[in-house]
Parts: sequence; C-alpha cells; structure tokens
Amino acid sequence: MGIAFPFSAIVGQDEMKRALIIAAIDQSIGGVLVLGDRGTGKSTAVRALAALLPKMEVVAGCRYNCDPAADRSGCAADCDARPAKGEAKAKKADVSVVDLPLGATEDRVIGALDLERALTQGEKAFEPGLLARAHRGFLYIDEVNLLEDHLVDALLDVAASGENVVEREGLSVRHPARFVLVGSGNPEEGELRPQLLDRFGVSVEVTTPDDLKQRVEVVRRRDDFERDPQAFVGKWKRKDATLRRRILAARKALDGVDVPDSVVEKASEICMTLGTDGLRGELTLVRTARALASFEKKTSVTLDHLRTVAPSALRHRLRRDPLDDSGSTARIARVLESVFA
Amino acid sequence: MSADTPGSGLWSDASLAAALFAVDPFGSGGIVVRAMPGPVRDTWMDCALALMPADAPVRKVPLQTGDGRLLGGLDLAATLQSGQPVAQKGVLAEADGGVVILPMAERITRGRAAMIAAALDTGQVVAERDGMTQRHDTHFGVIALDEGLEDEERTAGSLSDRLAFYVDLQLVGVNDTSIPEFDGEDVLAAQSRLGLIAVPDDAVQAVCAATLAMGIASGRAPVLALKAARASAALHGRDEVDRDDIAAAARLVLGHRATMMPSPEPPPEDDELQEDEPEDIEEPEPQSLEDIPLDDMVLEAALAAIPPDLLALLSKGGQRNRQTKGNSGAGDVSKTVQRGRPIGVRSGDPRAGARLNVLATVRAAAPWQRVRMHESATHGLQVRRDDFRITRFKQQAGTTTIFVVDASGSTALNRLAEAKGAVELLLAECYVRRDNVALIAFRNQSAEILLPPTRSLVRAKRSLAGLPGGGATPLASAIQSAAAVADSVKRAGDTPLIVVMTDGRANIALDGNADRTRAQDDAKTVSQALRQHGYSALVIDTSRQPHPQAQALAEDMGAIYCPLPYADAATVSGAVKSFAPGR
Repeated sequence: MGIAFPFSAIVGQDEMKRALIIAAIDQSIGGVLVLGDRGTGKSTAVRALAALLPKMEVVAGCRYNCDPAADRSGCAADCDARPAKGEAKAKKADVSVVDLPLGATEDRVIGALDLERALTQGEKAFEPGLLARAHRGFLYIDEVNLLEDHLVDALLDVAASGENVVEREGLSVRHPARFVLVGSGNPEEGELRPQLLDRFGVSVEVTTPDDLKQRVEVVRRRDDFERDPQAFVGKWKRKDATLRRRILAARKALDGVDVPDSVVEKASEICMTLGTDGLRGELTLVRTARALASFEKKTSVTLDHLRTVAPSALRHRLRRDPLDDSGSTARIARVLESVFA
Repeated sequence: MSADTPGSGLWSDASLAAALFAVDPFGSGGIVVRAMPGPVRDTWMDCALALMPADAPVRKVPLQTGDGRLLGGLDLAATLQSGQPVAQKGVLAEADGGVVILPMAERITRGRAAMIAAALDTGQVVAERDGMTQRHDTHFGVIALDEGLEDEERTAGSLSDRLAFYVDLQLVGVNDTSIPEFDGEDVLAAQSRLGLIAVPDDAVQAVCAATLAMGIASGRAPVLALKAARASAALHGRDEVDRDDIAAAARLVLGHRATMMPSPEPPPEDDELQEDEPEDIEEPEPQSLEDIPLDDMVLEAALAAIPPDLLALLSKGGQRNRQTKGNSGAGDVSKTVQRGRPIGVRSGDPRAGARLNVLATVRAAAPWQRVRMHESATHGLQVRRDDFRITRFKQQAGTTTIFVVDASGSTALNRLAEAKGAVELLLAECYVRRDNVALIAFRNQSAEILLPPTRSLVRAKRSLAGLPGGGATPLASAIQSAAAVADSVKRAGDTPLIVVMTDGRANIALDGNADRTRAQDDAKTVSQALRQHGYSALVIDTSRQPHPQAQALAEDMGAIYCPLPYADAATVSGAVKSFAPGR
C-alpha cells in the first residue's frame, strides 16, 4: 500500500477523526460509516488510522489472529489443537486493516475450498477469507454503497454474530470474526440498506472545508506528502505517536469511566424524541460518550460528551421523514437544542 | 496560444492537456475526453499516445471486460492444464507505467469506476477473487473517452473527480487540428525537471480561492490543478510555476468542475465577471495583465473554460445536477446474469459471475476427448477453456405499481367503482408480468395502505372490494404514504410507479384537521418532496371536468397529468400501461 498519510496531519474533519478514534478505543461500538463528497479525505483518514494503531498480541500460528489471553473456544480450526489458555505462544502483530475491494468474490470474503490443495492433492481444506483476516482488526469497505448484495448479506450476519460460519462445497467451518466495520461512500452513488446502516455504530458526514485557509493547508500538506512521503511522515511521527499512546491509555481506562444516571436518562430522552428504533441507538450513544470521556482522560461521562457524540451515534438511525428535507443532521441538532434547553 | 477560431483554441488546449498528461500521467490521474468518435478524436489520441514513452503499455478496457480480467484472477486454461492454480494479472496491473483507455466511459458502471478509482488512489490493484489474493503495484494514467451526448450522460463522478484534465472536442472541426506544440522529447525533458519545480504560496492560495468561488467541493481539484501547473512549468522549461502555468491549469482542470458562478463579492471587479468576461480581461488595460491580482486571473481563466452548456445552466442561476444517471445503483433494472429465466446457453467465461452449465460444458468437451487423450498423459475427462458454457438468464425488470385511490366524497362513488375496476384489470396484467401492486386508499382523516406490495390477485381483490367511499380528502397524507411505499419498493430493488387517482381537492391537512388551505399547502409540500426522489408518477384526474388543482398537483409531483373525465376501467388501465416504464 505504500506509505499512508499521517493521521495527525489531516486538516480539520474533526468529527471523522473523533469517530475513528472512538471506534479504535471501544471496538464494541461497532464500526464507523463515513459518508461524504468525493475528495474529502475519507479513504485517507481510514488508511491513516491503520498506520496509527498499536500492535496486538496474537496466538502464533493461528490464522485467525486469536488473542492469547482470551478464551479461544470459538476458534475450531487452528487454536483447538493448541494448549489451553495462557500457554499458547504469543507474538506481536500489526492490527489488521483489511480492505474489502469492490469486485471481491464471495469465496474470498468468507473463505472457501483451498483451490491449490483441491487441484494438486485432491483434498478438501479450508482457505480462510478476508473476514478471518479482519478478526480483531478493521474491515474497510471503500464505496460501501456499491458493494454487491450477496456480499452485504454475508457481512451482515457475521458483523452481528462475531462468528463466521462457512457451509459450502462440503466444508463446515466456523471461526471467530469480530471486527470493526469501517465503510466509506458517497451518498450520491447509492443508498445503503437500513440493516447495513444499523451495523455501523457511528456515522459521520464529511464535507470539504469552506474556509480558504484550511483549504490551502489541505492542499499544501497533500502536496508535500506526495512529493516526499517519507520526509513528511517523519515530520508527523511524534504527533502520531502521542495520539497512539492516548488511544492505548483510553482503552485501558475505559472500564473505569463512570456513566451517571443523568447521562443515561438524557440519552434515552434524546432517542425517544428523535424516534429511533430499538435500544441500539441509546446503547451506542452512551458507549460512544464513554469512549470520548476516556479519550479526554475524564473519569466520568458528562452531558457535554453526550451532546458532542449524539449526531455521530444517531444520524443513521433516524426514520426518514418524507416531509422533512433538512436531513438527519439538522433534525438531531434541533432535538439536541430542545433537550438540552 | 493565439486562437483564430473557437475550435482551434479548444484544440490547442486539448493538445496542451495531452502534453501535461504525458509529463505526469500518474500524478494527474488522467483525462476525460468528451467527443464522439471521429477523425478529430482519433488525431488527438494519436498525438496523446505519441507523447508517451514508446515502451509504455497501453491497455484498452472495453465495457464488457469482466471484473476478473480487470483486476486479475485465476487463469482457468493454465490452471486446468497444469493442475494447480495459476494466477493471471488483470488489465490494470498490466498497464503499470502506461495508459488505460476507457472507451464509452459515460456508460461505465459505478462499481467499475470505483475499482479503477481505488487502483488510482492506492497505486495498487488488489484482487480477492477465485480463491486467491493478488496484489500488484501499478501506476497508470486514464484516458476516458466520454461519448455522452446529454448532460446527464457523463463519466461517473468518482472517476472523473480523480482525473485532472477535461478536454471537450465536440466543437473542434477537422480543420482546427494542428501539429502539437510539444513532442516526446519535450515531455522527457520536462519529466526530469518535474520534481524541482517550486510552487509559490500565492499560487496555492489562488487555486484554492478559485475552487471555493466556483463551488468545487472536491479537495482533489486544487491538488490536481497544482500538479498540472507544475507539469506546465516543467514543459516550458521554468523553475517555478508562473502565472501562465496556473492559468493553463485553471482552464484545463478547474473549468469543467464548476457548480456555480461566483457570487458578486465586495471587490468591484467581480461584478464584471458576471457577464461577458472574456472581453473584460483584454479590453480595459491590456498592458496590465501582470497587474491583475493572481486570484482573479486564475478565477477568470477557469471561468472562461467552463463548457458552454454548463455555462448556460450556471448563469441562469441553476445548479448543476450533480447526480449522474446511475448505471448500476440499487433499484435499477436488474441485469444480473445469475438470476431470472434461463434463456439459453452460450460459450463464455464463467468467471464474470456467470453460472457454468456443466451439462453443456461436458457435452462440448466430449467430442475432443480422443484427441486430447493423445496429447496429454492424464486420465479422466479433459475440459478446456473453450468448452465452458454458461447459462444466460433474463430477468424481467420488476415494477411495483402503487395505486393511490381517492375514496372521498368529492370523488363520486361511481368513480370509485371505475377506479376499482381499473386496478383489478391492471392487477390481472401485473400478475401475468409478475409485477407487484400496492393499494393505498384515502378518505376521512388519513390514508391507509390497504395492500402492501403484493402479487396476490386474491388479496388485492378482497381488499378492493371492502373499500368504502365518502368523507373528506386527506390528499397530503396519501401522497406521504405513497412515498413511503415507493421508498421501500426501491430498496427492495424494484422500480416503483405511482398512480394517483384523484380530483386534487384536498381538504384535510396532514395533522388531520379540516382546513382547506392548509390541506392544499401540505399536499403541495409532500408532492414536491416526492418529486425529489424522481419516481415515475401519473396523476389521473377523476373529476368530471379536468380540474386545475389536479394538474397543479401533477406538476408539483413531477408526474404526468392525465385527465380522464369519463374514465372507465379499460381506459385507465390503458393509460397506465402506455405510461409504465420498460414496456
């Protein structure tokens, strides 16, 4: 992939950066959807995040990136044959950010018969697909709204259950596949199914900055980067490292962050006023606020945190109102205005 | 750049774009060439390719190229022969260091455009196909041959946004062409200088300001413009980007991206920009070209290069319809090769998502078995690539007709009977065509979805028969329900068609109150909202005398208005049929 643009060098786009960081802090929030115009740095930010993330521990030799410290009972194919918890050999590995390229075939996404072994040795063996590779990491789908329907179906199930079950070509394999789904797309190119929308924890809308100064800065940095990527990355290395440490610290502190009842109540009130379906909206809203509080090194979630993350956590969960052209963001802003009044 | 005729001016810009592209093919992404095929475009292509290094690969990607061929995949023939998987590079990987030509670029689907865009962005083509992963570094420039005629027929936005240059050859005559200013050696020399060219700060500033003023949202535009300016400086043997370079870049890279005319701002010069700006630049004080602030000069250059049709639209205050017609978005006519009614077998490649017809394949391979046995030592059935047969499928475009029937008192009861009859008649036809029907009736306080999209004739008839008449007319509520149903139909991948049968005399507002004025306003608002979705719609005026209110409703909705004062079932059904899309 060559050299990624440094995350901290991205100008503006605070909401997008915040959402990505939050998803990296609390993976259970369930992914980020980045929607916006062309050329607003959606892909750049996601790819930059990959380079930013700290390494993780995995069981050596496990094709599914299992965590040596965790229960690995789900990993039938590789880890079952290995010693029990704690005794497995561990090694450091980069957090995988797996690209799901458009035009991928189903067999590569969910895994299929190992073609080589089938052809040369005539035996049936499972070849893990992209979902296996993305376990404990990120699955990135650029132009997610253009993804073919049958792939979306496969993804929806796995993203909800955290497990990939393959029953095809006489194979029967199941393996863990918990990943943070990151999708980006241009809403003009097509809409997303509500079911898929729901799988994303937070969504952000990005636009190009209207401010001349910011624009000039964007162009300058991009230009500098393209002329000499290595030097440019070197310049931003320290800032990226600081950010990485902050994310790590926030992950550790996450469980200790207190969520007062008043915050939960406010979250419910917001969701009820907006009329979001189900409880997932509230749950995500609270979790996102907690991750933000942790990132800001606070021990307790405040209403301000809630207010900051509400648009990202709820924007894609609103029922469409045919009478209201103003869009989800404006509707949330109105409700926040009244709830916090 | 002395332009004698408009055509020769365009030509010299086009050949300049070709040279700039050749200097930095990967940085600039590529060129969109809008022109019909013909001698002018051929000449331009010859010139453009002549500027590229002789050994640079040039790969043409016709529309029917399969994804496997584009990105890479399994080489079936070699795999079968050798008994182990053999990977085959895709066209995009093969084009590394050269040019990818996309003929009929306006017809490229969004999915395809996104694949090419991803390769341009990452400098890499990744294929996760056929049970193997292939990753190849590739750097190529794209020449997209856009043959679109109408404004909506254009190269997919995700692709054209990444291609720096736009060249319009439609107004260039054969006599306008001339020998290009630069040749391959100039390009080579420029390439060696490219890395050393400095870009002054005010140039960056000017380009960014111009994109803002012209409503260009994409952050790629200024970056690409600066690259073009740098290539231009290199080509002209300068060490630093100067005004001419930026002006050229603004013309070739920014002009066609405009989405609005700059609003007249406090600086007085800007007022003149609104009208005939080309004269304004030269006339007042020709000696002062250097005195015009750089920002204005860039903006003027870019504005002067806005294609005429776009200029006409923008100066009327119109917004460019940025939504290009979708070729493959969800809800479009499904052209999958995997579903539907099988309509035969043809020889072909099962990789493109088609289904292999085993029987036909074996049959095709059978005659050759004796010969092939002699050729190779292995036993068993020997199937070669040529033997593959795939099944062809035809899937009828699914249409869901949503009937919105006015059952209020103002529509006299006998009209209701007619409407019922028409729906039944259509239903029978829909059943034959396997189309869906939905039924919404409105009377009294609100609209009711009597029948969600269904194919069941029995259910439809039953719910129709039980439809009572009389009461007020909650038109807005009905249209709102129709929009919701249409939305869900669209999501399910069908094409909705809304048929509203009413006299348009709304008297119940959305909140259920009887207020004629508000009711009309609400109906207008929801109709306009419906129009935004662009669904096909038909308003059948059921009043005895064609009524302006129904006509206004149709206009708000963007629907076709069809007065049928003496509508009987057969006439209504005929009207819908003649109007329904796709037949």
